[in-house]
Parts: sequence; structure tokens; C-alpha cells
Amino acid sequence: MLRGALGKTFRLLGYTIQYGCIAHCAFEYVGGVVMCSGPSMEPTIQNSDIVFAENLSRHFYGIQRGDIVIAKSPNDPKSNICKRVIGLEGDKILTNSSSDFFKSHSYVPTGHVWLEGDNLKNSTDSRYYGPIPYGLIRGRIFFKIWPLSDFGFLRDSPNGYRFSDD
Amino acid sequence: MAQSQGWVRRYLKAFCKGFFVAVPVAVTFLDRVACVARVEGSSMQPSLNPGGSQSSDVVLLNHWKVRNFEVQRGDIVSLVSPKNPEQKIIKRVIALEGDIVKTIGHKNRYVKVPRGHIWVEGDHHGHSFDSNSFGPVSLGLLHAHATHILWPPERWQKLESVLPPERLPVQSEEK
Repeated sequence: MLRGALGKTFRLLGYTIQYGCIAHCAFEYVGGVVMCSGPSMEPTIQNSDIVFAENLSRHFYGIQRGDIVIAKSPNDPKSNICKRVIGLEGDKILTNSSSDFFKSHSYVPTGHVWLEGDNLKNSTDSRYYGPIPYGLIRGRIFFKIWPLSDFGFLRDSPNGYRFSDD
Repeated sequence: MAQSQGWVRRYLKAFCKGFFVAVPVAVTFLDRVACVARVEGSSMQPSLNPGGSQSSDVVLLNHWKVRNFEVQRGDIVSLVSPKNPEQKIIKRVIALEGDIVKTIGHKNRYVKVPRGHIWVEGDHHGHSFDSNSFGPVSLGLLHAHATHILWPPERWQKLESVLPPERLPVQSEEK
């Protein structure tokens, strides 16, 4: 009876490891479901929305301006941030709001991106901690699953950015 | 006729079963536990690649040790290059968050390492593209901790976490 129980335990362990590894490969290389919290991406993504993130763009370096990405927080590697890509390397970024008299701008360094939340009044983003390295990006959010009233692909930025190739 | 068909089906079934078990497990192991890598360049001489281009060291990279982003001063770590995300660089950790370092060739003489960042340098100062060029790096870019040299066999050794005394931080934050 002990041998039967031991055999069952090992088989259970084997299946757990196998499915755990398949889950890791799926999340790491394909994508997964994510729950977002916080007000920094309103109205595009509200608090406690559930979205679908894909990781293929990151691996193939296909992240573009206007994409909403999940990235590791530069000041806390254990937490994630969810923001929109405003500038890629080499882009010119306005670092002051347009109401200021003196507009100052800077260029995004190589290997970095500039992120901003859609809710500009309530978002800690690159305007606070500067451009972040591309290597911190974990995935691209492109589809909202919950709430069902807002099911579908995500909208463009409400802040009027025009992402033409200039 | 029925016998040969049965053989093919059994073979295919065994192959699929092996494939879907072996590949994810192997990939997860290489991503999460440990992998090996060849070191190129001279930025970590004399600790790594002392022979220059003649022979490249192969090191064991331990992901498991850095799964909680815990590193010590003096560790040799691999990280994603902040200037080129397609490349990984291997350097020594000189300072942790809160430390003040005296830089070599950086635009500021003294730099305080911000929260969630580390300061890395190659052992071969002057021939190294490290924090003296690109500043402190975010811990999120940490890839693995290089623990042993595996090849060539005469250089088989455990890599020690030593901090050269002249590179000690000027001031450390007490944890």
C-alpha cells in the first residue's frame, strides 16, 4: 500500500513539474492573462481590469510607439508597471507640459523607451524616472477581456499623440 | 499490415509525449535554473578570458540564485545590456542601492546608486563598457549569477565574490 501511495505521489509530482514547465514556456514566450491595478492608464484600462498580454513582440523587437506594454518597474524589479510607449530610441520627447513657457525636450537614449500613462495627472512614469531600458519590457497588452462591457482591442491614446514615422 | 501500422502509431505517440514533456522542461530549466555561456571580450580580465581571443572561457550561469534579485558586492553577474537589449554583458557588482561610488571616467565623480539599481564594472578598467559609461543599471535587467568557469579544463574553478579593495564604495547604506 505504501508503494502504491509513493507511486501516486511521484506521478503527481511529475505532472505538476510538467504542467508548470509548459505554463512557464507559455507565459514567457507566447503570452498570458494579466490583471491591472491602479489609475494610471485610465480611461483605456481601469483598475482591476483583466487584459491579455502577448510576449512575441518583445522577443522579436516589434514594440512600436503607441503600444501599451507591461514592464518591470525600474525602481522595484519585483513589481510590474503598465504604460504606453510614447517614444523609442532616438525620439525627441517633450519633458514639460505644453502649458509651460519654456519647452524643454530630450532625446531617448539607445536601447531605451519613454513610457507615459494615459492618465497624465495620476501616473508615475518616464516623466518621473526617465527613460527605461528596453530589456525591462515584459510584454504588450493588446486585448481587454474584463469587464465585458469593454471587451475588445484597446483604444489609441486619449492624449492626442500622433505616432507617424517622422 | 496491421502490425506495421500499429508500430508507426506507437512511435508517433511516444515521440509526441517525449516532445511535449522534454522541450518545456528543458526550456524552463535553462531559463530558470542554470545555463552555460561563452564569455567574449576582455572587459573582465584577468578573472575571465585572460588569454584574450585565443580561448574564451565558458561559465556556468545560475539563474536560481538571482530569482529574488539578491546579489552581493563582488558577485560576477550577467545582465541585459541597457544600451542593446539583444546583448548580454557580464560584469562584477561593485555597489548596491544606497551606496555612493567613486567613479572612473563617468561624468559625475561620485554617484549614489538609486533604489532598485546596482553599479557594475568590468575588472579590466578602461577596456570595459560598464556603469562608468551607462550609469547604474536597474535590477530588472539582471539575468544570472556566474558561479563557475567550466571550460577550458585547466581553468576549472569557482568564481569568488571578491571586491577589489580600491573599488569599495565610499559609503554604504546599512541594511
